[in-house]
Order: sequence, then C-alpha cells, then structure tokens
Amino acid sequence: MVSVKLNKVSKYFGKVKAVDEVTLYIKDGEFVTLLGPSGCGKTTTLLMIAGIYKPTRGRIYFDDIDVTDIPPKDRNVGMVFQSYALYPHMTVYNNIAFPLKLKKLPKNEIDRKVREVARLLKIDHLLDRKPSQLSGGQQQRVALARALVKEPDVLLLDEPLSNLDALLRVYMRAELKRLQKTLGITAIYVTHDQIEALSMSDRIVVMNEGRIQQIGTPDEIYSKPANTFVASFIGTPPMNLIPCRVTSGKALECPGFKYVFEDEIAEKILKEHNEIYLGIRPEDVLITSKEDSDTEAVILVVEPIGKDLVVTLQLGDEQTIKFLTPSSTKMNPGDKVYLKFRRDRIHLFDKETGRRMEYIIKVGEKE
Amino acid sequence: MTRLKNLSRKMLPWIFLAPLIVMIILFWVTPVGITIFLSFTNVTYKNFVKFVHGIEGAFNYTLENFNKLLGGDPYIREIAMITLLYVGSVLSINAFYSLALSIAIVYFIRNEYLSTLMRVIWLLPRITPAVVYGFLWIWLIAPDSGPLYQLFAAMGIAPQNWLLERPYSQFLMIVVNGYVGASFGMIIYTSAIKSIPEDLIRAAKVDGASDFQIAKSIILPLLKWPMLFVISWQTLSLIASYEQILILWGSYGATRAAGTTVFAIYAWFKAFEMGEYAYGATVSLLLVAIGVVLIFLYFKIFGFHKLMQPSKIEV
Repeated sequence: MVSVKLNKVSKYFGKVKAVDEVTLYIKDGEFVTLLGPSGCGKTTTLLMIAGIYKPTRGRIYFDDIDVTDIPPKDRNVGMVFQSYALYPHMTVYNNIAFPLKLKKLPKNEIDRKVREVARLLKIDHLLDRKPSQLSGGQQQRVALARALVKEPDVLLLDEPLSNLDALLRVYMRAELKRLQKTLGITAIYVTHDQIEALSMSDRIVVMNEGRIQQIGTPDEIYSKPANTFVASFIGTPPMNLIPCRVTSGKALECPGFKYVFEDEIAEKILKEHNEIYLGIRPEDVLITSKEDSDTEAVILVVEPIGKDLVVTLQLGDEQTIKFLTPSSTKMNPGDKVYLKFRRDRIHLFDKETGRRMEYIIKVGEKE
Repeated sequence: MTRLKNLSRKMLPWIFLAPLIVMIILFWVTPVGITIFLSFTNVTYKNFVKFVHGIEGAFNYTLENFNKLLGGDPYIREIAMITLLYVGSVLSINAFYSLALSIAIVYFIRNEYLSTLMRVIWLLPRITPAVVYGFLWIWLIAPDSGPLYQLFAAMGIAPQNWLLERPYSQFLMIVVNGYVGASFGMIIYTSAIKSIPEDLIRAAKVDGASDFQIAKSIILPLLKWPMLFVISWQTLSLIASYEQILILWGSYGATRAAGTTVFAIYAWFKAFEMGEYAYGATVSLLLVAIGVVLIFLYFKIFGFHKLMQPSKIEV
C-alpha cells in the first residue's frame, strides 16, 4: 500500500481546463472520495492517478516515487469502472485471471489467487459464466475481484455503485468499506452521490469546475462548508442561502426580516462586508412562537418524504427557503408560521467570493 | 373498419418488401432461370438468332455442356486453380490485411490527421470509377512510359512485362483487386473497433496489458463477428467479380497468357467473346451453385437467429 500525492496537477483538453492545479495528499490506507457534479474533473483526476491520462502540468507521486511518466501497467493500481468494463468474451474466471496472466504468474498460483478473491467476494460459484449471464450486482463484484486480485497498491473506484439498484447500493456501500478496511488498501473513490461520500469516506474532496473546493472529513464538509458551492451541494435538501445586506454593526437586512447578532465577534466579522449570504440547513430551522421568532413565513409547498416533511416557505416577496420537520407536524399551504434559526448553526458567506466567514467557529469556541 | 385495418396491417410488410421482391425476381431469379435453361441447350452464335426468334428446331436439349465442364474442357483445372489463387489472395488482403490496417489506424496511430489520410488513401480506389482506376493501373505499369516500369528500371531491376508475364501478371491481378476491396473491410472494422467501449481498453491498460496485448486479447476477439461477416461477404463477391480483370486484360487471349482467367471472366468470354452462350451459362451456373452452397454454409456458421440479434460488440 502507498500514499498518493498530487502536486499542482492540471489536465487540459484543448482549451478546456478539466482539472486545474489540484494538490492533494492521500495517506496510506485512507479512503478518500472525490465528490462533485458531472464534469467537475473528478474522473479525469482518477484517470490521471491510474495513468490513463497524462497530466498537462504537475506531478503525481506514489509514496516518494514520481509516477507521472509511468504507464498504467507499471503502476500496480486496481480500478473499478462505472460500466464495470468486464471483457465480454471471457468467462468470469478469465476476467479475474487476466491481470495475473499478464504478469506471467505460474498457472497454479493464478488459480489459487482467482479462487481466493472469488471466495472473498462470494462469486466463486459464477466462475464459468460470461459477464452477459450475470446480474448488475454480480458484474460489479467481478469487476472488484479483477481489481483486487493483483493486490494493487491503490484501488481506484469510478462511481462503482451508480448502476446498482437502491437496496443493493446501500448493502454494497458497507461491504466496500469493510473490504477496504480489512485489506488496508489505499482507496480513491469517485462519486457524485453525497450519501455515498459521507457514509464511506475517511475524507472527502469536493470538486467543481476542475478545482478543489474543500478537503475534509465528512463531518467537516457537512457542518463547516468552505464556500457556497459546498454548502449548496451537500445536504438534501441543500443549505438555504439567504442573501442579506449588512446594515449597521451586527444587523442584517434580509428578505422579509431583520436579523441582529448579539455578540461582538459578529460585529467584527461583518464590518468588512456589505452583502453576505446567511446560510441555514433545513433541519436547523425551527418553528416557534411569534415572540421568540426570527422571522415569519408563508407555507408554499409540503412534500412528505417518509419520516419528515420538506416544507417550502416564502420569506418576504421573492425568497424561498426549505425546512425539515417531522411528518406528524400539521403543515398546510397558505398558513403563516414563525421561524427561528438555530444560532450556533448559522453560516455566513461572503456574497462576492462565496467564501465562508468564520462566524460559526467563533461561536463554537465561545460556547 | 377493423377488418380493413387488419387487412392493411397484413399488407403493409408486403408493400414495403414489394420493390425488393420485384428486383430479386427480375435480376436474380429470372437470370438464374435463363442460365439454367441455357445450360441444358446447345445455343451458340450459330443458332442464336433462330433461338431468339423461337424458330422450331433451332436448338437441342443436351447435357454436353456439363460433360465439358466436368472433364472435357482442358482449361478447367487451370481456371479453378487461378480462381482459388485469386479469391484466396484477394480475400486475405480484404479480410486480414485490412483488419491489421484498421487496428493500426484506429488504435496504434493516435494522430487523427494521419489516420484520416490513411483511410482516404485506401478509400480512393473505391470511389474512383472502375474504368478510370483500371486505366490508371495500365498507365502505371505501361512498358517504357509507365512510372512503375521506369522506377524499376532506374533501380536496376530488369524491366518486366507486368501485364502478360507470370507470376507478375497474377500478382498485379491480386494487388489491383485487393486495393479496391480492402476499403470495404476497413469501413466495417474501423467502426467496429471504435464501438468497443473505451472503458474496456482502459481496464486492460490498468490490468497491465501493453498495446500489443490489448490488440491481441481484447480488440481481436471482439471483432469475431465483423470478421466473419467481411470474410463471407467478400468470398461471395470475389467469386463473381471480374470487372478489373476485364478492364486490364480485355480479351480471353490476354487472360490466358497472363494466367488471370478466373471462372467469372471465363463465363463472360465464353458467352460474349466466343458466342458459346450455352457453355458460358453452364460455367456461370457453377458459380451460382458455389455461391448458394457458401451462403448456406455461412448461415450455418453465423446462425440466422444470432445474426438477427443486437450488436455483438456492445458489452
């Protein structure tokens, strides 16, 4: 197993900057997820680590070895593709044995290793079948077996679960994580699914438009998003971002309401800004009495999602926000409600740069 | 109303098929019928006019043509050998050399401009009218003035009469036809190679395969069906093709001297140069029989229902 280091890695396709100056350090045995929307450069980054693409600029290291110019076959990486990419003309056995045959291992050793990894992934009864005779979940396991059989230094996974049905996906999430921890293998996982990222990763790298937006543990990414992109990408429904204007000292003028901070630190932070976003997650909006409320709002839409209701509210004339409430709550479109924002869960972002302002950390420290 | 609807639903496929059926009847069934009929007669240029006007007693029914074909004709053995050489060699260019070339163009040459240029070069003879293409070759190899002739002379190689001297003449026949036919296979192969999902190639690279190993272990096995198709299609069309030989050599005497008399052109010469219509028809009938046998054989290999299934290249 190795650590992986990307040093200012860029990849351009013509004039398109697919990946732009990505610097990243992945520890030996760590499970790191590259998370972002389609076209954010996460798969391109993975393919550069695999050696399929060569970076336009920057270097890639496995431990201290510069692998930037080393072809994929000499990097000892294993990769699972979204399409599984099983060789359709080979049986499951031959698919798994393919990397070992290329290494010219003795036949009995190949046989032993193939059967061992097949047992580990519970596909040892499928070895004689062709990929077309397998279900999606079975194909996925074969692809994983093929990636693991050569005992790679790094395991690369490109959206491996996105073609599975929802139930199997939940099961395979846990299974993959368990396998990775058991084998102690360095894993880099690409997905656009935040639930997968949050549930499986040691650390998450959020990417957008070829650039890293934030690197952090799942908890850091969720509770301290570095900018408005991360804030609005993570969470279902995502964080509400309410555009507000700083009026005097520690007061904000927001659509339909005024918000006044009580502490001095807020004043210090706010005085350098004119326009900001006040960010609040849907679960941090509470219903309260008129006296205790920060603002009032009108219910627009109520969407039941099982244990909760997602309620869309109108603030002022144009601004809408969403909040989550247990499904037992009575919510009727057109009704007026009084809302309170959990003070220690308010996020502030500079409107111009989208960057996080350090309000929340300070409040946390004070408490 | 429903009855009318049912009727039109039944009729619809036949309406669509009608032009094709008419074509097959006019240009395949009828000629084959006439050929079969003629091959059992003694029609030659001598009694042809009477035969066409349906004058009684103008011709006799006979099995003589078949006796001649199966033993009496002293050239048949040689012609069979030449046909075998022609079909076998041109087929190996059209089916196998074009395969190697396609893999090289699509997979190994990563330069888009270069590979497009190569494709155009191989497509040129196909889009050039046959007569122009044929005459270009005649000019190329013309004694004294031809560029190829001069090139060989300049290199100190004794000038040869490429058109008439064996084995050069037979080599010429193979190259001229192979160059035209290769583009067909290349079009099929290049599109088949391009339809191999990129992920398969990437997976093989990550698994540790070199470019050559990818070509051998991944690309080639996935081209099994396109290969079978090209081989069968090309054998069938090669058995019946003679236009380039006719353009280059022009007469029976020339093809005899050059050793380029294949069955298809032998039938043509017999019928239209020597006026032995009945015997020409018998030789053609042999070709039809070989073609039909091969079609059944290929259907057996392909399996008709397998042919009707979706693309074999998709994963």
